[in-house]
This record gives sequence, C-alpha cells and structure tokens, in this order.
Amino acid sequence: MEYKPIRKVVSGNYAAAYAALHARVQVVAAYPITPQTSIIEKIAEFIANGEADIQYVPVESEHSAMAACIGASAAGARAFTATSAQGLALMHEMLHWASGARLPIVMVDVNRAMAPPWSVWDDQTDSLAQRDTGWMQFYAENNQEVYDGVLMAFKVAETVNLPAMIVESAFILSHTYDVIEMIPQELVDEFLPPRKPLYDLADFEREPFSVGSLATPADYYEFRYKIQKSMEEAKKVIKEVGREFGERFGRDYSQMIETYRTDDADFVFMGMGSLMGTVKEAVDILRQEGYKVGAAKVRWFRPFPKEELYELAKNVDGIAVLDRNYSFGMEGILFTEAKGALYNTDAKPLMKNYIVGLGGRDFTVNDVRKIAENMKAVIEKGELDVEVDWYHLKR
Amino acid sequence: MNTLFGEKKAEAKKIVLTSVDQYPEAPISLGTTLSNFTGDWRTFIPVVNEDKCVKCYICWKFCPEPAIYIKPDGYVAIDYDYCKGCGICANECPTKAITMEKEEK
Repeated sequence: MEYKPIRKVVSGNYAAAYAALHARVQVVAAYPITPQTSIIEKIAEFIANGEADIQYVPVESEHSAMAACIGASAAGARAFTATSAQGLALMHEMLHWASGARLPIVMVDVNRAMAPPWSVWDDQTDSLAQRDTGWMQFYAENNQEVYDGVLMAFKVAETVNLPAMIVESAFILSHTYDVIEMIPQELVDEFLPPRKPLYDLADFEREPFSVGSLATPADYYEFRYKIQKSMEEAKKVIKEVGREFGERFGRDYSQMIETYRTDDADFVFMGMGSLMGTVKEAVDILRQEGYKVGAAKVRWFRPFPKEELYELAKNVDGIAVLDRNYSFGMEGILFTEAKGALYNTDAKPLMKNYIVGLGGRDFTVNDVRKIAENMKAVIEKGELDVEVDWYHLKR
Repeated sequence: MNTLFGEKKAEAKKIVLTSVDQYPEAPISLGTTLSNFTGDWRTFIPVVNEDKCVKCYICWKFCPEPAIYIKPDGYVAIDYDYCKGCGICANECPTKAITMEKEEK
C-alpha cells in the first residue's frame, strides 16, 4: 500500500488520542487532569462512537490509573494512559512497578508546572522529576511529534520491555491546533504489529507464576542491571525504529539529539520540547544577523544520548543549555545531565545554563537573541559570568 | 499429611543463580518462600522437645515461612534454612514443646 498521509488539524492532545487509537491500544485507564483532559475525552469519544475497541477503566486517581495499566499490561494488553504534573507525581510509586516488572506501557505526560503556587502552564519539572523511575522519555516539539512519538514509543517499549513517556507542552501543544500528517491504519498496523508479551499472565497454558514478588539481597541487584542493559539496548532500538519511521513515513527520528545547523556553529542552544521550535526559528534569524549558531534538541532524555552529545560537544565552543525545569539546590536538570555526560571526555565546551519559561512564561525569538548576545560575550571572554542564569527574573 | 519437604522443596533449594545471564528478564516466579532462604535473619532459634509435642501441628499452620515440616514419625522439625526466628511457633504451642534459645554463631 502506498503511503498517502491523512492531513488533519488537531490539537496536541488530539494527536495523542489519535496515535493511541491507531496504535490499537486495548486498555486505557486514566484520570482527568488539566491540561491532559482532552486526550482521554477524545479516547472516550472514539469508544462511544464505536470507532475503537478499547477497555476504558474509570479510576479514582492517577495512582490507580497506572495500577490498572500495570495489570492490563502484565496480562498481555497494550496499555495507555495520560496525565500531567500532580497526577504524574501521584503515579510515582506505580511508575517503578511498571518498569521493574518490565511492562511496555506508554503514557503521554502533558508537561505542567508543579504546585504550589497552583499553575497549569508548561514546565518540565514534573516529567524530569520522574527521571529515575526506569521510564524512557521522549520530548515532542510539536503536535506531529506527539503523534509520531506515541507510535514509535510503543514499538521501542515492546522491543526492550520498558515503559515510555511521551512528553508534550501544556497549552503550547496540548490545546493549540496544527496540521499534522496521520498514517492510514493499515500502514500503522504494518509498522506496529500486535504486542508479543515477554510474559503473559493471561496465558493459561503455561505454569502459574508470580510477578514482582520478593527478591532478597541475593537477587535484587541483578534485576537493576538488566534494566540498565535494556536502556542501553533501547538507544540502538530507538535509532533503528526512528530510521524505519523515516523510510516508511518520511519523517526521520534516527537522531536522539536532533541537530539543526550545528555543522559550522560556534555555539549551540540545547533544550527539549516545544521551546526548541522557537529556538530553530531564532537560529535562522540569528544566522542572517551573522551569528554562527545552531540548535540541538534532545528528543530522548532517557535513555540519555551521551554519545551523540559528545559528537556535538567536541565541535563547538559553547553550549547554552535552556532548561524549562529546575532541580532546587542545584541547577537545570538537562544542564546537570549534559555536563555529567561530558566530564570524562575531551570535549570541553563552555556550558552555561539558562533557566527559561518556568510555569509557562513566554519564551520568544527575542529571548533567544538576548541569550545569544550573552553567550557570545561569555565565549569571547572565555569564562562564565554566572553558571546558572535565571534569565526572566524581574530584577 | 503434607510434609512440605518433598521434591519441590529440595528442587527450590537448588535454585541459586550465580550469573546475571541466568536471571529472567522480568522478576517473575522469583522469591517464592521456597527459594528465598531467610534462615540467616535470626538471633533466637526454636528447639522442639518431642517429649512434650502432642502432634497438633498448630506450629506448622502458624509458621509464616516453609520452616516447619512433619517428619515421617509424625513429630515436627524445623528447617533452619527458612526459620527467621520469629518465635510464633513457640508462642502458639499449647504444650510449650517449642522453646526459643539464643543461637550461637
């Protein structure tokens, strides 16, 4: 069958819902929370209209939503959920159960700032706070990447038996409409065949077995190592799946860090999610103004693409890390990770951390220009003015 | 009477994984009470006095681990690979046939 994309104007949330539909998810358990709500409303609509054969489990909290997905996934189903901020935090304990039991659940997290003060706007601290739960994390730049990301995430997750989180920005993507190219169902089915579970609790032919029961100090350690091995393997799988996606549907995701005009760049802006769309726009403008700059969008934060970062870092004088998140008592989370990944290498670009857009504060092309001016001065001087720059702060 | 010290238990005792490659990908069917040796946790050790034992098997029912088994002669005995030394058996024994003694290590 020849690939003819179906163009549709959808919000980021509807892109997520359509992707779940096209991935033929079998079980959805979710609890509504702004700004995620319209994802599960749309899925409920698919079910009500008879467009989807999905078991929807209404639950009383996000902790239960993830618990239901874990049960469904352990029984061999393709399970999906979505949440935001406080809801994701409430799931935290269950996130460990999903990855520890090696269940390839896929979730969309609509990035939203953590309260208090109460906020429903874009901020990556909620998802990055789940960094160590054993979930893979993909940050989408636009609605198209939300749709593509969900489809790829299922394939990657079911190959390496680890859960994956697709992260999109509150309102900037979740409620903003854009044209995306959807893939006809038959071609999605070819790309993403039905799940073959590693272990299937609903397989009544085999001997009974227990899942996630006690491991003493004699055994626990080895299971942790196995997760790390699978995370390393996931890097290969992600690149292969991303390349295959490009060959089939024209959008290549083989780079875990998408580089934009970095080849001859003096310094690059590095960040994740929707703000990198703004940065790419700014890079084009800054190039016309004589700045030799590029953009490096970290698509997959877990597993962390150390090797790709090294390839980038050894060819530039500086990296401006734009963090729409913060780890209190330290610095932006991507900044910590990036510096840590490069410490034992010979790539030593000047790295400066700009804290931007927390709680949904606007981040514009003009902001990128100001950061470029500052970064240029820092590189010329050869030393940092400050390591962590609270860029928007009202002084 | 189920002695719980048949082939299955002997088999479980043999499951000691010595290389990471032997482990299943996911933690399944691991850590059953049979394959987890909990016998190195204890400070006190239960000792059975067969002169007082009336073969009621209350200790056997109450033991939270597979640590008490019934010998062919009908008396109970302790499998010290599994006994945590919790003392429930001694507490529940109606004839005080089981006493907890400080273990010399």
